[in-house]
Amino acid sequence: MASLDDLKKRISSVKSTQKITKAMKMVAAAKLRRAQESAEKGRPYSEKMNNIILNLSNGISDIEYAPKLLSGTGEDKVHLCVVMTSDRGLCGGFNTNIIKKAKIFFQKILDEGKTLKIITVGSKGYDQLKRVYGDNIIDRISFKDSKNVNYFDADKVGKIVIEKFEKKEFDVCTIFYNQFKNVITQIPQEQQIIPLKTSEEVENSSEDNYEFEPEEDEILSNLLPKNISTQIFKAMLENSASEQGSRMSAMDNATRNAGEMVDKLTIEYNRSRQAAITKELIEIISGAESL
Amino acid sequence: MSEEYSLEIVNPEKSFLSKNDVTEVVVPAFEGEIGILKDHISIISFLKPGIIKIYSKSGEDSYYVNDGIIEFKNNNLSILTSLIFNLKDIDKQKISEIMKSAEEELSKSEISDQTKYLLDQKIEVLKSIN
Repeated sequence: MASLDDLKKRISSVKSTQKITKAMKMVAAAKLRRAQESAEKGRPYSEKMNNIILNLSNGISDIEYAPKLLSGTGEDKVHLCVVMTSDRGLCGGFNTNIIKKAKIFFQKILDEGKTLKIITVGSKGYDQLKRVYGDNIIDRISFKDSKNVNYFDADKVGKIVIEKFEKKEFDVCTIFYNQFKNVITQIPQEQQIIPLKTSEEVENSSEDNYEFEPEEDEILSNLLPKNISTQIFKAMLENSASEQGSRMSAMDNATRNAGEMVDKLTIEYNRSRQAAITKELIEIISGAESL
Repeated sequence: MSEEYSLEIVNPEKSFLSKNDVTEVVVPAFEGEIGILKDHISIISFLKPGIIKIYSKSGEDSYYVNDGIIEFKNNNLSILTSLIFNLKDIDKQKISEIMKSAEEELSKSEISDQTKYLLDQKIEVLKSIN
């Protein structure tokens, strides 16, 4: 049985761990609010962008002349996957969920005999993928230094993707990220960004005839690269809100568990202290009796 | 009849500016400046680096934009841009930073004519406001 001193030490160490997790939870809660706010503020931009692109792509009559970013290369051989994860750990299942989703997709692609290329954004994703898919990873990006999610980071990723597309290094590009639903739930998402999927119902199309300056296809070919960056930016915002949410609930759980552990240890401590006292008493009494 | 229409400028981070009383907006469109008055035909165009001038009842404002897309429909003008700032509170240091990176880009050999044109424009505009 552990001695009283050992128990005391354990109790105090669990208590200090609890302090840390509590602090992390509160920091995550504060950051979450900010991340959620910026995710909401960023929404109008990507929505408007989407709308304009929808209107534009309706205006294009001949699909053959459509920019490749919209229509694709016509092939489906090489898949590029951009896996977006966090740079920091201790956030529950956040990274693992994305990786799990991505791995299922990877397996599907490899089973179909297609080529797989991976870009990881965020160091945790790289750490988890390098063992199995190390050879497939062609690039890894990390934004450890930038405190907040900003558009220029997203633009950097977007430019890398587009550059590779123009060099014909891949046919289809999919991004993986966590969509923020609420603090408890984050849904891992896969979203195809090249070629662009215009699956949404087209509203307000026929009645408006836009005037374009310059021509539709020229605008479109300028707009689509921006849209890629915007989509990545949106994913990054969702991701950062999800990360904080996930960390908050993970740390909340950890704090509660630490509390339970302290209670259990305290009971054990009291019991063994009482046992020691009782033992001493018995010794004294039986010693007195024998006299 | 009022001559006003509404304007919204958004950048990726937030909705930058929203106004209901603009009378005219002059934007640096790719093929030259466009002035947009009320009841303009629906138009989509994209911007080159330059100055957006906004005339409204409450006065006149000028903004620098790096790039952007505009959409005008039903007397609503939306401007999407990645970088925008008011000429009133410009940061000289920031401007020279942007200018420097543009010049660096320009010195690279393998850029297309279009990017070269855009970069030239950018430097010119920045010089004029600095």
